Amino acid sequence: MSAWVRQHRQAVLCALQRLGWLNAIVIGVALALPAGGYALLESLRGVTGRLALDTQLSVFLRPEAKRAEAEALGKLLRADPRIARLRFVPRDEALKELAAVQGMAEVIEALGRNPLPDAFVVTSEPASLEALAGDLGKLAGVAHVQADAAWARRLAALAAIGRLALWLLSALLGIGLVAVTFNTIRLQILTQREEIEVSKLIGATDGFIRRPFYYLGLLQGLAGGIVALAIVGLGLGLLNYPVGELARSYGSAFRFAFLPAGDALAIVAFAGLLGWLGAQLSVNRHLRDIEPR
Amino acid sequence: MVSFSAVAKRYPGGQEALKSISFSVDTGELAFLTGRSGAGKSTLLKLIPAIERPTSGSVIVNGQNVGALKRGAVPYLRRNIGLVFQDQKLLYDRSVFDNVMLPLAFSGQASREAARRARAALDKVGLLARERSNPIQLSGGEQQRLAIARAVVNRPALLIADEPTANLDPESAARILEIFVAFNQVGVTVLLATHDQSLIQRHRGKLLRLEAGRLA
Repeated sequence: MSAWVRQHRQAVLCALQRLGWLNAIVIGVALALPAGGYALLESLRGVTGRLALDTQLSVFLRPEAKRAEAEALGKLLRADPRIARLRFVPRDEALKELAAVQGMAEVIEALGRNPLPDAFVVTSEPASLEALAGDLGKLAGVAHVQADAAWARRLAALAAIGRLALWLLSALLGIGLVAVTFNTIRLQILTQREEIEVSKLIGATDGFIRRPFYYLGLLQGLAGGIVALAIVGLGLGLLNYPVGELARSYGSAFRFAFLPAGDALAIVAFAGLLGWLGAQLSVNRHLRDIEPR
Repeated sequence: MVSFSAVAKRYPGGQEALKSISFSVDTGELAFLTGRSGAGKSTLLKLIPAIERPTSGSVIVNGQNVGALKRGAVPYLRRNIGLVFQDQKLLYDRSVFDNVMLPLAFSGQASREAARRARAALDKVGLLARERSNPIQLSGGEQQRLAIARAVVNRPALLIADEPTANLDPESAARILEIFVAFNQVGVTVLLATHDQSLIQRHRGKLLRLEAGRLA
């Protein structure tokens, strides 16, 4: 084993001895807020992502409209240059599609007849969508035009605001993490003042003295990140029981998912990095003051 | 080994601790630095491991101009000098053995070799049996011997001691001095500051008398 490896191993062991779990918990609780929020948003994104965010309109015909009327309307629509794609959804097919949606099969069975009209699904440019919807609504035989994407887009916008808020929260708590580490290292340097002074007197390099503090900051950050993940995991586990019950009552199997492995790893690594940064700042600020006299 | 030429040291605030000091201590020599308290003995000794820097003049240790040494080079200079302080500067949060291991940790030696050297150093000062004790449990003389063990564990070519026998009873003081003399006999250059004239009369060595910042 080379002297370099030995010195680093020694610094890590030294840092491990001084690692305070209370600090790791403080950091963990702080990080659990944005990490948990992120996990919730990611789970919801899974839901909103499945919804069509395409620029589609559903054009529903009057229920009593005959197939011939529908075909005539189809010809008319096909002639409209604003319409990029057109799909005819006969009422039987619509019913089949609806029956495939979780929980709806029972509802349809209870109805006993097909309540759905024939419909067209129209795809167009986003800019012309609203004007198109207005025009289509005026056509004979059309009962209702629905912009499918509107509410899904609203939800996506809300999620984006939520994500932005999370980023701000993360930035704030990241600064908090650096500050907590800064202070921990400062106190640690103060309590070891004598040892540092003696070490400098008898030939320790600055690197040797600094190393354990860097590792302490890094390990404390990593430990905080792990605590945060544990809190998020526990919190989601607790939430998932009532959420699962609720979702089941709607015939859904929705559950909040734990963070993807990559994201979880990134949170721990980021916490470690911030801890190291806090240690670096603190050591630079406080170690110079200790010079043997 | 150590050579001062026209060295002066003025502390911030104007106090002139040393005025134009010139002397040299050759390799393998035993030198005593005497003088009353406040004569500048501690200041002179602190210039050698670059704890203080001279205001003017040059301090040459082992061919290196210590006054001009870069900050980063100072630790390597100190590793080759064994330092013994009046107040020992031991660490009371660890055992006698771990105190001696401290300087060995800096250079990243293999732990088995380091432990062997630490025990050898403790053996030389007669403290091997106390390796597991805490320094606080040792007597004043024993604590000073422990400080010597820590100073010599890196096998320095130069050993410097500032009043190592102050606050000790005559018997302990004599024993401490014998240890230094023994190291000198195996080739270590020793520079020892003391105000106790009676102690050094029994030993042959170069005598440097400091009076009010000048060599008499």
